[in-house]
Amino acid sequence: MYTYNDFDENFIRERNAQFRAQVERRIDGSLTEDEFKPLRLMNGLYLQLHAYMLRVAIPYGTLNSSQMHKLADIADRWDKGYGHFTTRQNIQYNWPKLKDVPDMLDALGEVGMHAIQTSGNTIRNVTADHFAGAAADEIEDPRPVAELLRQWSTDHPEFQFLPRKFKIAVTGSPNDRAVTKAHDIGLRMVRNDMDEPGYEVIVGGGLGRTPVVGKVIRDFLPKEDLLPYCEAIVSVYNLLGRRDNKYKARIKITVAENGLEKIRELVEKRFGELRPEFNGFDQNLLSKIEAQFAPPDFRTASTNGYDAHRAANPAFRSWSDTNLAGHRAPGYAIVSISLKAHGATPGDATSEQMRVLARLAKDLGHDELRISHEQNVILPHVHKSDLPALYATLRDHGLATANIGLVSDIIACPGMDYCALATARSIPVAQEIATRFDELKLEHEIGALKIKISGCINACGHHHVGHIGILGLDRAGVESYQITLGGDGTETATVGERAGPGFSAEEIVPAIERLIAAYLDIRESHDETFLETYRRVGLPPFKAALYPEKEAANAA
Amino acid sequence: MSRRPFTPKVVTANDLLEGDAVWLTSDDQWTRDISEAELIEDEAIAQDRLFFAMSQPNVVVGAYLAESKASDNGPAPTHFRETFRTRGPSNYAHGKQAGV
Ligand code: SF4
Repeated sequence: MYTYNDFDENFIRERNAQFRAQVERRIDGSLTEDEFKPLRLMNGLYLQLHAYMLRVAIPYGTLNSSQMHKLADIADRWDKGYGHFTTRQNIQYNWPKLKDVPDMLDALGEVGMHAIQTSGNTIRNVTADHFAGAAADEIEDPRPVAELLRQWSTDHPEFQFLPRKFKIAVTGSPNDRAVTKAHDIGLRMVRNDMDEPGYEVIVGGGLGRTPVVGKVIRDFLPKEDLLPYCEAIVSVYNLLGRRDNKYKARIKITVAENGLEKIRELVEKRFGELRPEFNGFDQNLLSKIEAQFAPPDFRTASTNGYDAHRAANPAFRSWSDTNLAGHRAPGYAIVSISLKAHGATPGDATSEQMRVLARLAKDLGHDELRISHEQNVILPHVHKSDLPALYATLRDHGLATANIGLVSDIIACPGMDYCALATARSIPVAQEIATRFDELKLEHEIGALKIKISGCINACGHHHVGHIGILGLDRAGVESYQITLGGDGTETATVGERAGPGFSAEEIVPAIERLIAAYLDIRESHDETFLETYRRVGLPPFKAALYPEKEAANAA
Repeated sequence: MSRRPFTPKVVTANDLLEGDAVWLTSDDQWTRDISEAELIEDEAIAQDRLFFAMSQPNVVVGAYLAESKASDNGPAPTHFRETFRTRGPSNYAHGKQAGV
């Protein structure tokens, strides 16, 4: 993986020293909050409901063990012994003190990490497929390109004051695990007729107040044109994007208001101007970065022990059924470690758990960890013969929940338990749903199902693309939860449909239960997933299950 | 159209250094316990107290007037968001609820 060079290190050191001075000047009164706020946001520091919050970037979700160790140390030393992994593959600390933040940033700098551009109207942390470099279905590892984009976008002088924030996601697989169609720019690696790898470029996707599935602006972009093409898109947006209305400022609105055709024309024109300026230095840099992402030395060993353990141990078998994914190297597996123990806060890990994960990555996982946008931790390269030992350790630390992709593997944003923008809580709803379905022992029977919860219209919890989406709102001073159905965040991205009036905090879990009971009732077979059933039958039977009184009234 | 009658308020903000919720008392102090806050029943006074709060940018951040009501125990929040600010998050016993 990428290690900082002298330039990166100096840049971070200088930036941290600057921010340290800014914090001092805020505390001694020489800077007002109006002056300080943009400065702290540039460095990932928010002020939330109960405390400051520091958002640290985990570029394309990749970490090594020493970085994970450092995240644990920071949690213990300056926070409350845990961290919250987010849907943007970042980690958030919920309780830092203002005066400690510069020390936290210096500690991050020691392991090549920072909090720059995790906020503000800039190009944010570039996200990527969390199975990158390991997935069996992958064309190429997307992380070198993600790193190139990170270097290009970090402190890019032209793009520090965009009309609004700008998010880029990249995947190297045809199966989209990076929600690329819900990003300002989504990049999906594809092959052309000549079998050369390149990118399908998607533009103008996004969730939030106005959810939009991104549109293809270029169906095949040669790999070497990527940087000038992305720069062309951002540069067109920078000029055309609306600065008069915050709610119309994202590129999805720019595309909607101007039409994809016009945007494409402008981008191609700008690309024509920019292309000659990229005379190969970016490709040189890319090949250097690629060398740092060389695959680890995969070993060959027997997997007989794994097969025997699977046969003998039902709990292990169940876990390996749900939490493993196909690896490109023979004998290897991708391990998803659930941060969704039933009743726990989605995405939270204690410092002790972080250290266990770091140690496992070092001992059994070629020193690599990933954070998924689904708020779980991935060990991308584990040989199957090591899985029984890995599983035993995970179980000892509350990390062996066998629920990846199931009803309790819920995405939930911090909601009104932390977030100053929230209109309702989301964490308790996730906790209650997970606890309830664990009690019912129905989880495996239900099968693949994605529930996603946001605590306000900003949709950090991706509710629009949940098979079941839940949006927390404030209705006349009471928390109210609106359900959307049929959303999908993969290559077949779809925005969910609103099911009807909202439910109170007491009603929401029973409502979800009725919804799922209806699915179990009407699915054609055990193999038809919730989403497939929904696509087959549509909203009406689910609506009837959600609002039985209404149904009864209509029948009367 | 008649103006809506003024409803009681407290002045609240976040502490600059700690970042947690604080409320303004009648003797110009900041308290971490809403029941010690000044319950303001008059609109002009409310504006006046808010200006006072905003004149202390080196102590607090983001001062605003929050709906409140009298209780046996002093001022109490009326909206759930303000209730959460007096307590802390619901998933851990952190924040103000940890101290009691
Ligand atoms: S969706 Fe809303 S409540 Fe949730 S984290 Fe984002 S801004 Fe906060």
